[in-house]
Amino acid sequence: MAKVFERPKALADVVTHYCPGCTHGIIHRLVAEAIDDLGILDRTIGVAPVGCAVLAYNYFECDMQEAAHGRAPAVCTGIKRVRPEAIVFSYQGDGDLASIGAGEIVHAAARGENITVIFVNNGIYGMTGGQMAPTTLVGHKTTTSPYGRDPKLQGYPVRIAEMLATLDGPAYIERVAVYTPQLVMKAKQAIKRAFANQVEGKGFSLIEVLSTCPTNWGMAPVDALKRVANEMVPYYPLGVYKDIDAKGEDK
Amino acid sequence: MPKVTFREDRCKGCELCVSVCPRKIIVMSEGMNKKGFHYATITDQSKCLACAFCARMCPDAVIEVEK
Repeated sequence: MAKVFERPKALADVVTHYCPGCTHGIIHRLVAEAIDDLGILDRTIGVAPVGCAVLAYNYFECDMQEAAHGRAPAVCTGIKRVRPEAIVFSYQGDGDLASIGAGEIVHAAARGENITVIFVNNGIYGMTGGQMAPTTLVGHKTTTSPYGRDPKLQGYPVRIAEMLATLDGPAYIERVAVYTPQLVMKAKQAIKRAFANQVEGKGFSLIEVLSTCPTNWGMAPVDALKRVANEMVPYYPLGVYKDIDAKGEDK
Repeated sequence: MPKVTFREDRCKGCELCVSVCPRKIIVMSEGMNKKGFHYATITDQSKCLACAFCARMCPDAVIEVEK
């Protein structure tokens, strides 16, 4: 019998601490599949964030380094410049990358560092108990916006993919989602390409993945997937925002 | 014939696999695994298409599919 689907080798064979139905698990697996497909496990170095994915260093079979909150792109920069043959990626949530780490990601992108960034956007701080994030949608109730996010008080959500795509540095920026099996497969292709770009020396690649937080959204996992489709995708449209290989105009 | 294997001890009972199965042959168990979750399991292996939708949506890499 041929294997249609099996656990990727780059994904450590352990139980993750993620809540039931959290799509972090799917995104971890896609990163591991991309590493397997490209055959780069022995020279890949990952950088874990602060946030729910803080323990990501336990879940990948490659070398991992933990970064201070938001500083993963700066740590990646250092590793990549000292070990240019290594394939270096960061795995960051929205509370890490879009908030305290906003400066680091903008400048890593502007410098066009040859690294891969996986940006997981679920519009809330998960690990710390469901506070409002820079990416929290208008009207969304969190523990620090109990009446819903009010633009007059808390401003508007940040669209990271669009913002970074205005820079000349990045090679490839795409926003994907994982709320259907078809989109999971598309996300896999995007993540694989983000790693392949680095192997080919093309420069900075960032994949923003719309994710869920069933626990802090207060929803069943299946309903949380529907919320991504119905509420997040209209504000955070999926697609390629920057691609130096694309013919004609970028989106 | 396709064969789907669930590592039931690893399942967290989120039901994402149940929601995407085109043949609706995945159900949640009445019993619990050692983590205390009702785990996903397959009812009628012969109806399986080996589409692996369940495995692709599983956040915990519980499911393996063979054909």
